[in-house]
Amino acid sequence: MKRRAILLAGLLVAGLAHADAGVPVTASHAWIRVLPGNLPAGAYVVLHNDGAKPLALTGADTAAYGEAMLHESSSTGGVSRMRTIDALPIPAHGTRTLAPGGYHLMLMDAKHPVHPGAKIRITLKFDDGSTLPVDFLARPASALSDKD
Amino acid sequence: MKHPRVPRLALFLWALACCLLLAGCQHHEALPFKLTRISGHMPDLQFRLTDDNGKTVTADDYRGKVVLLYFGYTHCPDVCPLTLAHLHVVMQQLGKQADDVRILFVSVDPTRDTPQALHEYVRAFDKHTVGLTGSAGAIEALTKRYRAAFSREPSGKDGNYEVSHSSAIYVFDRDGHARVLSTPITPQADLVHDLKLLLDSGD
Ligand SMILES: [Cu+2]
Repeated sequence: MKRRAILLAGLLVAGLAHADAGVPVTASHAWIRVLPGNLPAGAYVVLHNDGAKPLALTGADTAAYGEAMLHESSSTGGVSRMRTIDALPIPAHGTRTLAPGGYHLMLMDAKHPVHPGAKIRITLKFDDGSTLPVDFLARPASALSDKD
Repeated sequence: MKHPRVPRLALFLWALACCLLLAGCQHHEALPFKLTRISGHMPDLQFRLTDDNGKTVTADDYRGKVVLLYFGYTHCPDVCPLTLAHLHVVMQQLGKQADDVRILFVSVDPTRDTPQALHEYVRAFDKHTVGLTGSAGAIEALTKRYRAAFSREPSGKDGNYEVSHSSAIYVFDRDGHARVLSTPITPQADLVHDLKLLLDSGD
């Protein structure tokens, strides 16, 4: 009985440790460009993989929006277009930037109006099953980055 | 041996006359622009559309202003706002002269972009921006006039769609003549430089 309890406690600790140290990714410069009405918004962030293995961002979840999609904008041959991507690789010990005009999360169908200055929690999902909650700063439409 | 002298002088005078004539005709080309010149390659500004106040407007309403023409749509979450945000910075750098410039944001998604929707949208960027929409035919005619093709592409659920569209920003002088072409990746300083040339030259 006692042994089983110790085993159980051991498993719990292991589980917690895994949840804590699971993602070797750090996020910075996270922001959302808020557009008027209920128009879709772009979310941007810089991701650094501190781990020795490559990782890929596969999507995101947020309670603030109905849908969050991983997208890439391109302007080749004078034409701007946007496509959905399934996975965005982040090299080992490397950085991947989601920035206007390139990779971004497209947020659709805001549950409540989002105003500049608000912090929106978005949980990033990776291909190894791990997740990373990140607070994104809501910024006005004419913003070009997370700061003025 | 005196013979060739005369034709040579005549030739010289003829060449000189040609130079002067050309300079006269290409008076427009004299400005030292930094961006791609489109004088003579793109037609004068011409359209009849509805502005974001619901008023019917034509290109004539913007004569006297330097015009930046850009095609986009409000449901575009990334490139269109980025372009308009860049143009806002450009307008700020022009200072008081920005009052003589208009950014015409023409919707390539007239189904969703009503004048009201456009009004709220353009106000979020720069106050010198005008949202323009109209019938599918009128929009198509204008995009064809400037070889700015667009196409609707379905995406995701709920019948949502994206619109692929030209990334060009067409710059017209105060008389509605097409002069230079800018893109979302053009350095802001270059666009500011060329706009100042057009604003100062008065030509
Ligand atoms: Cu997108």
